[in-house]
Amino acid sequence: MNALRIVRIGFVINLRMLGTSGFFLLTSTIQPVIFATVAFYMFKSGGRSGTLLYAALGAGMMGVWSTTLFGSGGMIQWQRWQGTLELGVGAPPPMALVYLPFTLANAFTGMYALAATLVWGRIVFGVPLHFVHPWLFLLALPASVVALGLMGLVLASTFVLYRYANALSNLLEYPVWIASGLVFSTQVLPAWTRPISWVLPPYWGILALRHAALGGEVWGPLAMLTLLSIASLAISTLTFGLFEHLARARATLSLT
Amino acid sequence: MTRWLRVFFVGGVIAYRGLFNWIRPAMYIPTMLGSPLFQLIFFTKLGQYAHAQSRDFYVVGNSVQVCAMSSLYGMTMSVANERWFGTLGPLLASPANRAAVFLGRGLPVLANGLLVSAFTFGAGVLLLGFRPGLGALPALALILVITVASCTGLGMLLGSIGLRAKDVFFASNLAYFLMLLFCGVNIPLDVLPSWMSLVGRCLPLTHGIAAARDVAAGAPLSQVAGLVWTEAGVAAAYALAGFVSFRWLEHASRRSAVLDTY
Repeated sequence: MNALRIVRIGFVINLRMLGTSGFFLLTSTIQPVIFATVAFYMFKSGGRSGTLLYAALGAGMMGVWSTTLFGSGGMIQWQRWQGTLELGVGAPPPMALVYLPFTLANAFTGMYALAATLVWGRIVFGVPLHFVHPWLFLLALPASVVALGLMGLVLASTFVLYRYANALSNLLEYPVWIASGLVFSTQVLPAWTRPISWVLPPYWGILALRHAALGGEVWGPLAMLTLLSIASLAISTLTFGLFEHLARARATLSLT
Repeated sequence: MTRWLRVFFVGGVIAYRGLFNWIRPAMYIPTMLGSPLFQLIFFTKLGQYAHAQSRDFYVVGNSVQVCAMSSLYGMTMSVANERWFGTLGPLLASPANRAAVFLGRGLPVLANGLLVSAFTFGAGVLLLGFRPGLGALPALALILVITVASCTGLGMLLGSIGLRAKDVFFASNLAYFLMLLFCGVNIPLDVLPSWMSLVGRCLPLTHGIAAARDVAAGAPLSQVAGLVWTEAGVAAAYALAGFVSFRWLEHASRRSAVLDTY
């Protein structure tokens, strides 16, 4: 019960904090809309038919990933700068539980991106919002967001020891967009990249959303999202414990 | 004149070293080299999937545009970080020529932008099979210098706003992404609605990218001279606008005593 309370309160507080950040406003709404527009015009100039909803979903999912990535990458660093990291680490609950609601809120904020690109696509480009499996779409959306949030938790745990977490966040934005095939099929990538795609929740997330919207098998990707979520939770619990111990033992938590 | 040049060159370099002393390879490589590299791959693959333009179109467009990583963010930080570090007051209290102080800061930023663009072009050659003729390289280099200068001019304008604005990085981030849309980086201007195309023509990069594409495809420099001169004009206009804005905001900040406040 206590754990649920921590998750609920942490989630709400972080959601409020993110709502006041211009950077997150940009990442979760404006940037995805710009990328969606670029993708729309690129598809238009290439004459690929029926790809506008495909592009809107992909650009929205790009926003979900960016928000998760920068939120999780920045979370430890911001807490470090604000001097609240020690308080979070010193609190009685496990560190993973303290930061789980933060990463979930980051990913949830990313849902604004999906809403923004779909509304933008509908209003400006007349993208038809006819989903083949609307109920499965509503199921795939939270499943994707939770899976990305938990992946963010794994990333955040590694950033406890890494001084240049923000730089790593900058680096990881495009590669995951590419390997997950968010706005293009992974078939255009070399075959050796496939295993990388398979371990990325955004890959299965966009498959689930795309199949729910445009038609196709949804349950398989949903099962993979669930599996990866459980794996991420297990890994992050271990890594948070390990990295917290290392940071305490070396007295490097503040990294100053 | 010697003093002016010293403030311009030496002052610019010292300011850059001071304001960016936190940059380490672990920070620089992922942000300034890794991110542009993956941006290039992303848009090239997206273009390939969309059956839109040729591979070279994306290699040239993105390799030139990534200079904005340095030109926009770097130039913005060159002014905004003085305020953040608390050194803006002493700097503006000094009798140094403002034009030399302000424009000198653009020089290292420009050099860094050139490095980022050159690296991305190199990645295009090695990874994506971009093959401009050897004879095109000098013209390509000249166009790149002018285009990066032009983008640095926009960075100066945004940086000057850093004298007063609370969150100037919002504007830099927004400008960076809007350039991907408006400047013909990944979309030919004739595909865009006319108003977007018009906005693009008033921005840095647009004419430089068009010239670089023609030169990479084998056109002589003389054939794209009009585009190159237009880009140089855009560079001068934005640098001038940046300086005027800097001076105006400096005076306004002194008058209202808000120079170092947030």
